[in-house]
Amino acid sequence: MSSVEGELKGLMIKALGGDERAYRVVLGRISRYLRGYYKIRLSQAARSAGDAEDLVQETLMTLHLRRHTYVPELPFTPWLYAIARYKLIDYLRRTRSSLATVAMENAEQIIACDDQIASESSLDVDRLLKRLPPKFRTAIRHVKLEGLSVAEAAAQTGMSESAIKVNVHRGMKALAALIASGRR
Amino acid sequence: MKTDDLVEILSTNLQPVDWREVSRTILLAAGLGALAALAVMMLLFGLRDVSDLRAWIFLAVKFAFTGAIIAVSLAYLVRIARPGGERRVSMILVAIPFAVAVVALALSLALAPVSDWPPMILGRHWLLCIACIPLNATLPFAAIIFAMRQFASPTHLARAGALAGLAAGAISAFVYALHCTDDSLVFVALWYGLTMALCTVVGALLGPRLLHW
Repeated sequence: MSSVEGELKGLMIKALGGDERAYRVVLGRISRYLRGYYKIRLSQAARSAGDAEDLVQETLMTLHLRRHTYVPELPFTPWLYAIARYKLIDYLRRTRSSLATVAMENAEQIIACDDQIASESSLDVDRLLKRLPPKFRTAIRHVKLEGLSVAEAAAQTGMSESAIKVNVHRGMKALAALIASGRR
Repeated sequence: MKTDDLVEILSTNLQPVDWREVSRTILLAAGLGALAALAVMMLLFGLRDVSDLRAWIFLAVKFAFTGAIIAVSLAYLVRIARPGGERRVSMILVAIPFAVAVVALALSLALAPVSDWPPMILGRHWLLCIACIPLNATLPFAAIIFAMRQFASPTHLARAGALAGLAAGAISAFVYALHCTDDSLVFVALWYGLTMALCTVVGALLGPRLLHW
């Protein structure tokens, strides 16, 4: 367990500094732990474990937007666990569960189960993007989907580089809000 | 959508972030809220008379009491502002300044004849005190909540709200001390303590609604 903690933490610290490769690896691993955690918790709450993938993706989106709240000096697992549990409670309440309380467990529960069996979520990025204001949609499409650099996207759209960054960030926030509102 | 595709989207053109931003913004907001509260207090009521030593001593006592609570509540607020931060917050430590105040109150009353109690308790302006501190606390409270909504992700919302309310109440009480001439330990412990406790309760009630993310 503690070696997992050390690895995730090391990767996350690099990711906070902007290391894409470390971030891709750590998000991949986090998504497997989240999947394991949510499948078990959803079936305990008499919910379809098939919704786990939706919840994994919603949580990854939130975690991405809130990654600045991780303090590099502190252990990573409790931070991840707190976000995962918060999103689970939020999901259960939103979907009218009688069981909206989730017992507080040891934070290491979050890395207890490494589940690689992914299914597709019900989220459809293209459909979600269509519901965003055009400047957010354009910025996200160029920078996040087509992988253009911020400078290239700025040149193509005529927006400034800082405007591109702001629009990507606000657009991702708007996307997360759309996903969390359950209107897909 | 496949989760791997989402991971790809999130990590493409990843921007570096500054983890210090959360604490910095909350403390800045508390500072600005304090300045606003100070401005309101000074414009409406002005500074108290500080011409003798007794006045200075009581000003120092009031600053020590409210300042200690400001320090503890802000230190904890920047912790609880992050996911899982509630594990690093001890509400018992927050209660210590209040416990000291209760002891001071009890001792002062016990050492004085009962006939002296009413002026010690009510002072001259108890009504002004209990109106000013909570009302003026809304300024720092609004500033802190605004900052937290932008940058923080607390996972214990009631407790985060309570600490925000307490910090705002203590800031407001600190500022009120600059005007307040009711110099008795009983008065300070009772009315300052009660109004700050009230701010804490209101913050705890509003927390889940205001700080949800």
